[in-house]
Amino acid sequence: MLKRIYAIFRARNLEFFRDRGTLSWNIILPVALMFGLSFIFSSDRPEYTVGVLQQATSIDKSGHPFLASRYIDFVAVQDLEAGLHRVARHQLDLLVDFGAAPRYWVNPDSPKGYFVEFALLQADSAAGKQMTKSQVEGDAVRYVDWVLPGILGMNVMFSSLFGVGYVVVRYRKNGFLKRLRATPLRAIEFVIAQVSSRLLLILTITSFVYAGTRFFLHTRMDGSHLVLLTVLLAGSISMISLGLLVAARVTSEELAGGLLNMVTWPMMMLSGVWFSLEAATPWIQNLAAVFPLTHMLDAARAVMLDGAGFTEIMPQIGMLAGMSVVFLGLGAVTFRWHPR
Amino acid sequence: MQIALEAKNLIKQYPGVLAVNDVSFAVREGICFGLLGPNGAGKTTTVEIMEGVTPASSGEVWYYGAPAGKRFREEAGIQFQNTALQDFITVGETLQMFRSLYDRKADIAHVIEQCSLGDLLDRDNRKLSGGQRQRLLLAVALVNKPRLVFLDEPTTGLDPQARRNFWDLVKNIRAEGTTVILTTHYMEEAEILCDEIAIMDSGKILTQGSPVDLLKQHYKNTIIELPIDAFAGDLRDLEHRVLETQGIIEIETNNVNDSLRKLAAVSTELNHMKIRQPNLEDLFLDLTGHSLRA
Repeated sequence: MLKRIYAIFRARNLEFFRDRGTLSWNIILPVALMFGLSFIFSSDRPEYTVGVLQQATSIDKSGHPFLASRYIDFVAVQDLEAGLHRVARHQLDLLVDFGAAPRYWVNPDSPKGYFVEFALLQADSAAGKQMTKSQVEGDAVRYVDWVLPGILGMNVMFSSLFGVGYVVVRYRKNGFLKRLRATPLRAIEFVIAQVSSRLLLILTITSFVYAGTRFFLHTRMDGSHLVLLTVLLAGSISMISLGLLVAARVTSEELAGGLLNMVTWPMMMLSGVWFSLEAATPWIQNLAAVFPLTHMLDAARAVMLDGAGFTEIMPQIGMLAGMSVVFLGLGAVTFRWHPR
Repeated sequence: MQIALEAKNLIKQYPGVLAVNDVSFAVREGICFGLLGPNGAGKTTTVEIMEGVTPASSGEVWYYGAPAGKRFREEAGIQFQNTALQDFITVGETLQMFRSLYDRKADIAHVIEQCSLGDLLDRDNRKLSGGQRQRLLLAVALVNKPRLVFLDEPTTGLDPQARRNFWDLVKNIRAEGTTVILTTHYMEEAEILCDEIAIMDSGKILTQGSPVDLLKQHYKNTIIELPIDAFAGDLRDLEHRVLETQGIIEIETNNVNDSLRKLAAVSTELNHMKIRQPNLEDLFLDLTGHSLRA
């Protein structure tokens, strides 16, 4: 059994690595995205960002003189915990609560926080009010640090779904699967070989991109690489399984392309690749929980930005493992070797 | 000689099409068995059911006295009519990969020599000519030292020289004692390679036996062929069975001398005349009413 799996695994790897166009694209796309984003966000935005703790989504500028300040971007924050986390990460320069007991939170290590606090106190003093100050500790998280897991995850998603789903459909359409069917190779052996091959390719390419960004962009890594590797493995297996499920019966490359796009685009938009879903409405957050990429990115960011260990990411790993079992099970039951 | 493979009452029903209609036949060990028929006759479906890649609606396939199963997969070699191979993989790597899928393994050097692939081992599959590709697919079918090989229309699309080279390969395989099951619509190929044939049309077997026996059984006469514009008289005067097709008249006779005298008597130009024995193409035409390559 192992010999048969290795034979298919090796042949698939050779096919991929010798296809220079595909290989280059798999490496160039995430690297180019990272450098492009790094360039775009290399200079800080001119305005300051202040969170206003309130339930309403729009800011009433007449509520306090400080809210009329120029060059400050005021955003509504509904959840105190999330707001404090963003202050700690320098994603908000200040968090203010103009409620019954006015108060504000600032990160003492944030230069921008220092100046915004100064502006707040001046406006507050002019208004004749007295606000309570609290401090929030934490290092800055640059956008490039925040978006790196997203880009790596997106690359894993495309590589898994198109690299497995599309290839299996092509094999089925051109009769290569039928030829394998005529040998002692079993479906489970073929599936294991495909999953292993794609996993190796994903690990190789992701490690390469990760190391490159660490070296050139000094991206943040607060947790353990072993934990991050576990997240990468769990996420990759679940998305490869999803690719196999999509490709289980399809015989047309055009249909496969459409189905794969239908799966990948919502994940890319709603799984938190480019922006945080914290401020999204609950139904969008619930919808995003259906996607494996969401759980993979949550876990990867927890490890890379907050130093989370195995215990903290267990819920996400559990979800990814559960999804893998469901996708693989359905894929195996519905798998078809050749077109009818 | 024992029976290597047996089809028992095979039926394959697709929506609206009965592709295989109660087909039964047995293939003796060590022979080359030909399944003949035009495109759409059901021969590829029949063979794919026997190969185990297409399930039958009903019926059974037996291999050496037992239902075909794991042992059959290990001992059978298959060359499909259309098989894509992986891109960016060389001929040598393709052979090694398929060989690794079997517990039963052929001497790879022998297979490479047998199929004349020695100079192509490092060549990418994408860069093979039609003949080279067919030789590789045959080699892939031989990597497990099969006791039985299926060849589904193996020479379709090959030029005459490549086709003849391929026939030599099949003869060598057969000479080593391997049972060969061949589907083809080339009559010459079947006559040269096959010990036994079954002719299929519309999903059914019409007749079965050795080519020589079938021709003897169906024909006692000789055929005279003439260009139609060379014949000056009235066809009805010949008192023989006459068939007119594509500008040629075919006169079936049991007395060639007498027929030639009659043709000369009506001032027929005999320079382009051919005299031949009936072949499988004639047999098929007589059995079905249409040409094999239609």
